[in-house]
Amino acid sequence: MTTYQYTDVVPEARRPWDHSRSTALRAVALVVLAGIFGSVINQLTGLSGFLGWYVGLAFAVPVIAFIGSARHGWNMASDRIATSLMSIAFATVAIPWMSIFWTVLKNGSKAFHSSYLTSDMRVTSFSDDLHLGGLKHAIIGSLLIVLMAAVIAVPLGVLAAVYIVEVKGRFARLVRFLTQAMSGVPSIVAGLFVYSTVIILFGTFSAVAGSLALAILMLPTVARTSEEVLKIVPEDLRSASYALGASQARTTFRVVLPTVASGLVTASVLGVARVVGETAPLLLTVSYFVGTSASITEPIASLPVYVFTGLTLGDANSATRSWGGSLVLLVMVLVLFLLARFASSRLTRKR
Amino acid sequence: MDNNINNDLGTPEVIVPSVTADAGVVEDRTQRNAGNLEVSRRGGLEAVGVHAWFNKHHALADVSLHFPENTVTGLIGPSGCGKSTFLRLLNRMHEFIPKAAMAGEVLFEGEDIYAPGVNPIEIRRRIGMVFQKANPFPAMNIGENVIAGLKLARVKVDDKDALIEECLTRAGLWNEVKDRLKAPGGSLSGGQQQRLCIARALALKPDVLLLDEPCSALDPGSTLRVEETIVQLSETMTIVMVTHNMQQAARVSDYCAFFLSDGGPGRLVEADLTTNIFSNPSDKRTADYVQGRFG
Ligand SMILES: Nc1ncnc2c1ncn2[C@@H]1O[C@H](COP(=O)(O)OP(=O)(O)OP(=O)(O)O)[C@@H](O)[C@H]1O
Ligand SMILES: [Mg+2]
Repeated sequence: MTTYQYTDVVPEARRPWDHSRSTALRAVALVVLAGIFGSVINQLTGLSGFLGWYVGLAFAVPVIAFIGSARHGWNMASDRIATSLMSIAFATVAIPWMSIFWTVLKNGSKAFHSSYLTSDMRVTSFSDDLHLGGLKHAIIGSLLIVLMAAVIAVPLGVLAAVYIVEVKGRFARLVRFLTQAMSGVPSIVAGLFVYSTVIILFGTFSAVAGSLALAILMLPTVARTSEEVLKIVPEDLRSASYALGASQARTTFRVVLPTVASGLVTASVLGVARVVGETAPLLLTVSYFVGTSASITEPIASLPVYVFTGLTLGDANSATRSWGGSLVLLVMVLVLFLLARFASSRLTRKR
Repeated sequence: MDNNINNDLGTPEVIVPSVTADAGVVEDRTQRNAGNLEVSRRGGLEAVGVHAWFNKHHALADVSLHFPENTVTGLIGPSGCGKSTFLRLLNRMHEFIPKAAMAGEVLFEGEDIYAPGVNPIEIRRRIGMVFQKANPFPAMNIGENVIAGLKLARVKVDDKDALIEECLTRAGLWNEVKDRLKAPGGSLSGGQQQRLCIARALALKPDVLLLDEPCSALDPGSTLRVEETIVQLSETMTIVMVTHNMQQAARVSDYCAFFLSDGGPGRLVEADLTTNIFSNPSDKRTADYVQGRFG
């Protein structure tokens, strides 16, 4: 019988499964080779410019991936080809996205000046010099309208999902059908609906009316996403809670919803992202105001309507202001998204 | 519902605690209960002619079994014979399975828990349960998991920390987690999670505790600690425990019930004092099973 001999030497901690460096090197080599191939194609065929080069590259990538990995056998080769196709697909989708972002950034940044974010259009008109005026009013208005819409739509959407998944009530199928149908409502119809009810009833455009219109558009997104999120909660968890003598309400609000808190935050963010750029319903319900205001019962400014207004005027300065508004809108969505992520990670870490 | 039940095993025996039991602890316990059968029957838990269905699948047939107050009963039998199903019927967890159905009565303190007007939430609070698969709450930390039952049931606790320590100690987990009570419940190992779930059930101080293979993921040391806890708890609690470990059943339980399914629904074959089941069972299949000849 042998006794195990311990050594005091602690070996260096390694990650033998981590091939990221060689993978990265291989990817760079692949892209460089494919890039050269793309240039050759450009020279030999009628394809030209960036897109012509990209088409050549896109065709070359899987071919080169196959040639490079064929000696490792078919398993490895098919894996590499699939990976390269996936990467090409991703890059192809990313091109229009980056193009949009770049265009907005390039044109929108021209509108920026030191007080662009801190002044409004009360004493400035769109065609005035670009170092005058700003869009503080539109930022405040947009935030106000969208947050009010979220306050209405997020609880309703989550509760609808709870009704469908947790309560499994008698009308669950009907509710699910209606939310599905609602997601097909064109935004201008939502605007018209609020116009023909709220606006006509109260006789004035208002931020609140805009929030109602946006809430109608947001609700189905929040409800459907929350439903999917709730469905992945394992049945075991509910059983555990019920076996401890918890009611269904306590189980839902203390066990199920906290477990999927981050998923519900994502659902809300998707809802906000869905409506933040909506223009038509706001034109019909909120209208536009040139000054800074936080009065929810009156017309106020919003970024989409600010952008729209600038574009309808037709002159260069107004158009540049529209680009600036678009840039701010994009950044605002990004910031809201990051804030929500941060909040949900804080939420889950605290527990 | 398809209700034509042909019970070809005859009416299963209902245990009558016998004073003629063998020596040892079991005898003491039995005598304690045998003296006043009626009283203990009112206090204990009793299944009368219980059946269970999953949709059209008849999973459990005609089980009548009495769990006298403050005793440990072991449920044994091969996999799939309906032990877990029976256990879930005893605290109204069966009804959460869509299209599940049942027949018969479960008497708790003399009252049928399936009678109209009975509040199932109250039943589940007083008849606690530890599941076969550990299921701690991932959104709560270890300490919160232990007192989750009280929180969920809106029961006030005076000294949370003391209760957490007591329950974790009884479940044999305290020493391993006392420095990380704030860590999430899902960060524990499989066996630790199992003990956490035992601690969570203990915190509610139920009258009856249903344990579904509570030691299936535990090492011998932790198993021993949990077994000691079970024996200790049975001073004040009625305990029903499913186990695949014959030694454990022999060590811990006062009574044993053997379930078997011959392809059809699971049935109770025999229920008796544990000593009788292991030394002198009246059914040959029981003898075969406890001696490891099949199943
Ligand atoms: N949720 C369910 N839906 C449908 N059938 C089920 C369900 N749960 C159990 N069954 C069936 O009921 C029968 C008894 O299952 P049960 O879980 O009670 O067995 P068991 O005795 O606890 O087995 P094990 O020792 O493996 O845990 C099995 O045939 C099983 O397939
Ligand atoms: Mg089981």
